[in-house]
Amino acid sequence: MSVLELVDVTAGYGEGADILHNVSLKLDPGEIVSIVGPNGAGKSTAMKAIFGLLVMHGGKITMGSHDITGMPPEEVVGKGVGFVPQTDNVFPNLSVEENLEMGAFTYDGPLEGRLKNVYELFPPLLEKRNQAAGTLSGGQRQMVAMGRALMLEPQVLMLDEPTAGLSPKYAQEIFELVIQVNASGTPVLMVEQNARQALAISHRGYVLVDGQNRHEGSGPELIADREVAEMFLGG
Amino acid sequence: MGDLLLFINFYLIPGIVLGSIYALGAIGVSMVFGILRFAHFAHGDMMTLGAFIAFSAIGWLGVGPILALPFAMIGTIVVTLGIDRVFYKPLREKSTIIVVIASFGVALMLRSLIMVVWGVNTETYSSGISMPLVFLDSFRIAERHIWMMAITIAAMLGIHWTLSKTRIGKAMRAVSDSPELSRLAGISTEKVVQATWIIGAGLAAIGGVFIAWDSQIHANAGWDLILPIFAAAILGGIGKAYGAMAGGMVIGIAEEVSSYPWLGDGPLLSPGYKTGIAFAIMVIMLIWRPSGLFRGRVY
Repeated sequence: MSVLELVDVTAGYGEGADILHNVSLKLDPGEIVSIVGPNGAGKSTAMKAIFGLLVMHGGKITMGSHDITGMPPEEVVGKGVGFVPQTDNVFPNLSVEENLEMGAFTYDGPLEGRLKNVYELFPPLLEKRNQAAGTLSGGQRQMVAMGRALMLEPQVLMLDEPTAGLSPKYAQEIFELVIQVNASGTPVLMVEQNARQALAISHRGYVLVDGQNRHEGSGPELIADREVAEMFLGG
Repeated sequence: MGDLLLFINFYLIPGIVLGSIYALGAIGVSMVFGILRFAHFAHGDMMTLGAFIAFSAIGWLGVGPILALPFAMIGTIVVTLGIDRVFYKPLREKSTIIVVIASFGVALMLRSLIMVVWGVNTETYSSGISMPLVFLDSFRIAERHIWMMAITIAAMLGIHWTLSKTRIGKAMRAVSDSPELSRLAGISTEKVVQATWIIGAGLAAIGGVFIAWDSQIHANAGWDLILPIFAAAILGGIGKAYGAMAGGMVIGIAEEVSSYPWLGDGPLLSPGYKTGIAFAIMVIMLIWRPSGLFRGRVY
C-alpha cells in the first residue's frame, strides 16, 4: 500500500479557479519521489493540497488506509507527515534547538534522543543550537527546517523546493541529506526546480504541467525523455 | 529631607508602581497582539474585573489584597476564556478589524456587567491611612508598594520562565513568529491561544488589584488605562513580552517623574497631564520607530 496517495485531486484556493485538475500521484514505502515541472504548474499547490490548505473539489488523498482529504494541517502532522515549506520555514526568533523542539510539539515523549538524531544528521546545527534561527545562512536554515520536520519521526517527509535560493554547493549538500534521510527509512516527496538533480536522486518522478499530470516514470527515464528535457530541463 | 530622597520617595517609587501596573497590562496586550493578531481593547476592563473580584473576596472572606489575588486571577481567567470562546473564537479566521471591533463591544459589555454587579461607586480595599515604612530615617516606602514590586518581579520571572523553558511558552513564541509555519509544524493553535489568555488575564487581574490597592477602583478605571497600556506595548515592540515590561516601566516612571519640579518650584508638568506623556511617547514611537525598542511587529 502506498504511504501517501492522491487520486484525481481537483482543488484550488478558496473561491478561486481550480489549480489542480485530476492530479494523481503516490509515494510508496522507502521511495524518494520528485514532482517537477515548469513554473506555475501546481507543484507546490499539490503539496499544500495534501496539507489541507486548499479547497478540494474532487478526488481524495489517503495515507495508508486513512483518508486525510481536507484534514486541517495540524491533524495531517499528527498522522505523521512532516512538511518543510519553501520559504519562511524556520521560526526566526526561536533558537535552533527551540525550532527543533517545535517540530515535536505533538509528541509527548522525551526529546533528547530525537534531538541527538537530528544533530547527528546535521552536525553544524549542534554548535549553533542556542543561536536564533533567523541569524543562520540559507543552507543552515534549510537544515533547521528539515530537522524540525524530522523531529516528528514522520511517516512521510515532504519538501517544497528544498534547494531554492541555495548555491550549487549547498544544493548538492541538501540533496545528499535527502538521500541520507531516505536511507534511514523515511519516504520523501519533494517538489524541485533543480529538476535534473532532483530526478537523479529520485526513485520516481512526476511531471506536472498546468495543474495536470503530464509524465511519470523513474528518475532516469524522465531525465532521458526527450520531451521532458526539451520542456524544462534546459535541453 | 534631601532632594534625592524626596525624588525617590514621592516620584520614582510611585513611578515604578505605576509602571508595574502598566507592564502587567501591556504584557497581555502585546502577547494577544502577537499571537491572536488583534488589538484587544477589552484588556483594561479585564483589569477592572480583577480588581472588583478581589474587592468582593476582601469583603466576604476578610482577607487582605494579597490573598485576594488568586481569586481575582482565577475569576478573571475564567471569564476571559469564556469571552474568547463566545466572542473571539467564532471570528478567528475573520479579518483583524472585525475582532478589534468585537473587543470594543466586549469592553462595553464587561464594563456594564461590572456596573450591574458592583455598582457605579468608587470603592477602596481599606479605609484609613497606612503609615509607610521608614528606612534610614528618610527613605520611606509604603508596605504595599514593596509587595507590589515584589509580586511584579515574581510575575515577570514567571513569564520569562514560561516563555523560555516550557513547551507551551516556546510554542507561544513560535505562533507569534509565524502562525502559518506553526500550523504546518503541528502546533495546536487553540492551546496556544488559551495559554495566552490565561497569562494575559492573570496578569491583568494582578494589575487591576494593584490599582485598587494603591488608590481606589471604579468601573471605568480599566478603560482609562487602555492608552498608557497600548503605549507601553508599542514602546516595547508589539508581540515582545519583555518589551512590554520595559515599555510599561518607562511610561509609568515618565508619567510620575514629569510632575517633579525639575525647573523652578512648581511641577514641570501638572499631574493632570500625566496621560499626555503616554500619548506623546506612543506618537513619537509610531513615527520614529514603529517596531518599538525591542523590534516587534509592524502593521
